Amino acid sequence: MIRRLVAGLAATALLASPAMGQGPDPADWDSVLAEARGQTVFWNAWGGSTTINDYIAWAAHEVADRYGVTVTHVKLSDTADAVSRVIAEKAAGKDEGGAVDLIWINGENFAAMKEQGLLFGPWAWDLPNWAYVDPDRNPAVVSDFTVPTDGFEAPWSMAQVVFFHDTAREADPPRSMPALLDWARANPGRFAFPQPPDFLGSTFLKQALLELTPDASVLQTPVAEADYDAATAPLWTFLEALTPNLWRGGVAYPQSGPRLIQLMADAEIDIAPSFDPNEASNAIANFELPDSVQTYVHDGGTIGNASFVAIPYNANAKAGAMVLANLLMSPEAQARKQDPAVWGMGTVLSMDRMPPEDRARFETLELGIATLSPEELGQPLPEPHPSWMTRLEEDWIARFGIAE
Amino acid sequence: MTDAATARLARPASPRRVTNRLLPWAPALTLAAMLGPVAAGLLGTLGPALGWMPALGGDSFGVSVFADLFAWPGLSRAVALSVGAGLAATALSLVIVVLIAAGWHGSRSFSVVERALSPLLSVPHAAAAFGLAFLIAPSGWISRALSPWATGWEVPPDILIVQDPRGIALIMGLVSKEVPFLMLMTLAALAQARPGQSRTVARALGYRPVTGWLKTVFPQVYRQIRLPVYAVLAFSMSVVDVAIILGPNTPPPLSVQVVRWMNDPDLALRFRAAAGAMLQLALVIGTLGLWRAAEATVAHLGRRWTERGGRGHAAVDRGLRIAGLGLGLASALAVFAGLSGLLLWSFAGLWQFPDALPDALTLRNWQRFGPHLTDSVIETLLIGWVTTLLAVGLTIACLEAEHRHGLRPASRALWLLYLPLIVPQVAFLAGFQTLALSAGLDGGRAAVIVVHLVFVLPYVFLSLADPWRAWDSRQDRIARALGASPDRVLWSVRLPMLLRPVLIAAAVGFAVSVGQYLPTLLVGAGRISTLTTDAVALASGGDRRVIGVYALAQTLAALAPFLLALVLPRVIWRNRAGVRDG
Repeated sequence: MIRRLVAGLAATALLASPAMGQGPDPADWDSVLAEARGQTVFWNAWGGSTTINDYIAWAAHEVADRYGVTVTHVKLSDTADAVSRVIAEKAAGKDEGGAVDLIWINGENFAAMKEQGLLFGPWAWDLPNWAYVDPDRNPAVVSDFTVPTDGFEAPWSMAQVVFFHDTAREADPPRSMPALLDWARANPGRFAFPQPPDFLGSTFLKQALLELTPDASVLQTPVAEADYDAATAPLWTFLEALTPNLWRGGVAYPQSGPRLIQLMADAEIDIAPSFDPNEASNAIANFELPDSVQTYVHDGGTIGNASFVAIPYNANAKAGAMVLANLLMSPEAQARKQDPAVWGMGTVLSMDRMPPEDRARFETLELGIATLSPEELGQPLPEPHPSWMTRLEEDWIARFGIAE
Repeated sequence: MTDAATARLARPASPRRVTNRLLPWAPALTLAAMLGPVAAGLLGTLGPALGWMPALGGDSFGVSVFADLFAWPGLSRAVALSVGAGLAATALSLVIVVLIAAGWHGSRSFSVVERALSPLLSVPHAAAAFGLAFLIAPSGWISRALSPWATGWEVPPDILIVQDPRGIALIMGLVSKEVPFLMLMTLAALAQARPGQSRTVARALGYRPVTGWLKTVFPQVYRQIRLPVYAVLAFSMSVVDVAIILGPNTPPPLSVQVVRWMNDPDLALRFRAAAGAMLQLALVIGTLGLWRAAEATVAHLGRRWTERGGRGHAAVDRGLRIAGLGLGLASALAVFAGLSGLLLWSFAGLWQFPDALPDALTLRNWQRFGPHLTDSVIETLLIGWVTTLLAVGLTIACLEAEHRHGLRPASRALWLLYLPLIVPQVAFLAGFQTLALSAGLDGGRAAVIVVHLVFVLPYVFLSLADPWRAWDSRQDRIARALGASPDRVLWSVRLPMLLRPVLIAAAVGFAVSVGQYLPTLLVGAGRISTLTTDAVALASGGDRRVIGVYALAQTLAALAPFLLALVLPRVIWRNRAGVRDG
């Protein structure tokens, strides 16, 4: 491992080292490792899934073992708690020694923190394991909801929209938004998505927009530059028709993605979206769902994105945080994460950049019981610019979120 | 407390003993510990509400943020829900408690009620809400027990029960948790009101039990539980966790919406959140005023009703007794059954609708989550006990200072005690966090204990103050006449006589500490993880198995002190029946 790190270092040393402000220089990886030894990293990450918590505990153990960095998982119910924390620290003038060292982040939270200058960096592209990442082949790793990451966050996981259904109650699920609407009319109350602005709920809106809008290419630019009304008119027509046929007639909504699993197990719904292609398999393994549940995607493809880790501008253990981020991007950690028996999330690394022995780690993995193969899953569609999500959420809340 | 009162208290009265020199400072210290953080936090929230938050680019004062808040289309319904659910839950809880006490106090059924209280009180609000949701949902336990043999349902019906737009499920959830709290406060008050004599006199004059109780005992009791009732009202209006689980969400009550804005990735909404928090505070104050006015009306009508001298009708009286018991039983059963449901879930394998029981029972859930519990249990107990000891110590010092120096400063300054309970948490915690950061006070166990003290102290003080003051001070005079020093009176006469209220106050304080979520998270910088912070994080995943494990652990942690508070006096006083009634 160390030898590979040194090789990676040689490759990245050629890149110009940017101005870093306060903090260690990631281009000088040896000094980063030296500084990191003995540090304690407080990693703020959503703590609502024991599957994920166990994986984080494994990563913490490995980093402590190999690099002498202690990692504490600060379990959040909402990523915004960590963002609030950093804002409060900035408001109090605490510009160093902050309580948050690393945040699991993406999308709107990243865009907001980057815009407000709350992040340390750039650092991610100087990590030794960045050598295994191929931004040309997988642009999602350098573009978070179309916002350039500019090296202010390091990718560690790929996610993609899927739908899951209980074959015991619905054998042939609809494979497009118009088909879903027809199905919901025939089966009122049996489909649900979490209430926007919940992450998955908003993603469902974007997936519907992507499928229904006349010209999907305008979604890649900020919403202000497009004809918003024309682009979203079919979406609102669709939702007007769908909402009365949702679970509880759209008067109440599930409050989070995982809640859909419970609703499925309670037989309250037959179809639900998910942002984790392996979620149904994990739920089956944990007795949360029966093994008759299966996963599918829409024929036109589904939205996918990358999850990242970022370091706040005032983090106390920046070097330790970088060492942890680098480990998370290592082929070993990525393969472990992709193992359905462990977690089952996709890798951010490109197979052809890895040496054969690392590639083999991925090729020997078996798929989960309800998980689609990469071919069935298809190439993920790109996320719209985050300004679309903001605008969609506002409009959705005005139209459906405060129903009279 | 006013400056003048502090100055008068500070006047050295009897410098012979150290306690007598230090004691006069206790009220000032206690108020500072409670009010400093609240006042600072409010200022920290008022700033952004008026547009001032330089860290986010807000650098001018104005009312534009409030204009933005009032332009939000869901506001009137969010406000109506907050006020409506708060008033309904409080009124209903009070009625149930009064009917039970009026109809059954002194009977054998009443001691059953007493015994059921502690476990009910120690169930955390969120756990009770989860349990209730599982009970009454269309796919819930009741529906499962009746399906498909009685209902014909192979899949649950699509009926809106939990999270209904009128907030009925929310009100039920709140009532089921507030009835035990008010009942406990009523018991403490009854212990001092000597209802036995009033009851005997009223019965001798021919009054029916409920009518007689309402006319003779209730006025005395309500005077003592008035402040807890206000606390219930303020809490019910601004509760967040229960409202997220049981309340409507299109739109939610105002407090939940404020938290949503606080958590929105769009940082500009934090200004609107601050303005919403200020509005929430104004609502609570306004509604308390409304309640106060209603009190005066009820008192006026009640006096006329009493003066007319009606003895009550047998049928009405019996109806009220049965209604009180029925409602009380239903609310207690809802919590117990909900908790049993969670207990079962914590051992459940696959458990689908319409199965009344899980496919299989397994220890796997406890094996998975149990080992993670140890650290947070230790942290929870440590923080809880230290906070409770501090709170009980300060409270007794305050009350004793008041007693010995013959002053009742608190009667004028008492409303200050209620600030931490009345000011919604969302209105001052974010501001307080900034203050704690500036003071370099955050991130440690000590800081968490300080902020827990803010919430624990008022409850301890409220639980203890009335029984303490209602203690017959002639006992003091007799003991002093027999040559005992004030300290000796405190330790040998007063504390033993008041052992039960003291222990109950400590148990309430401990339960409050165990239940703190937002303060622990914000001031502990997420580094202090208690049972509750872990439970809320895991509950966001929605798996009832995890929720079951953590809810039971939380309940057990809070239950133990309540059991001690009930059992210890009986054990200690088994040969002193005279004080046992106290």
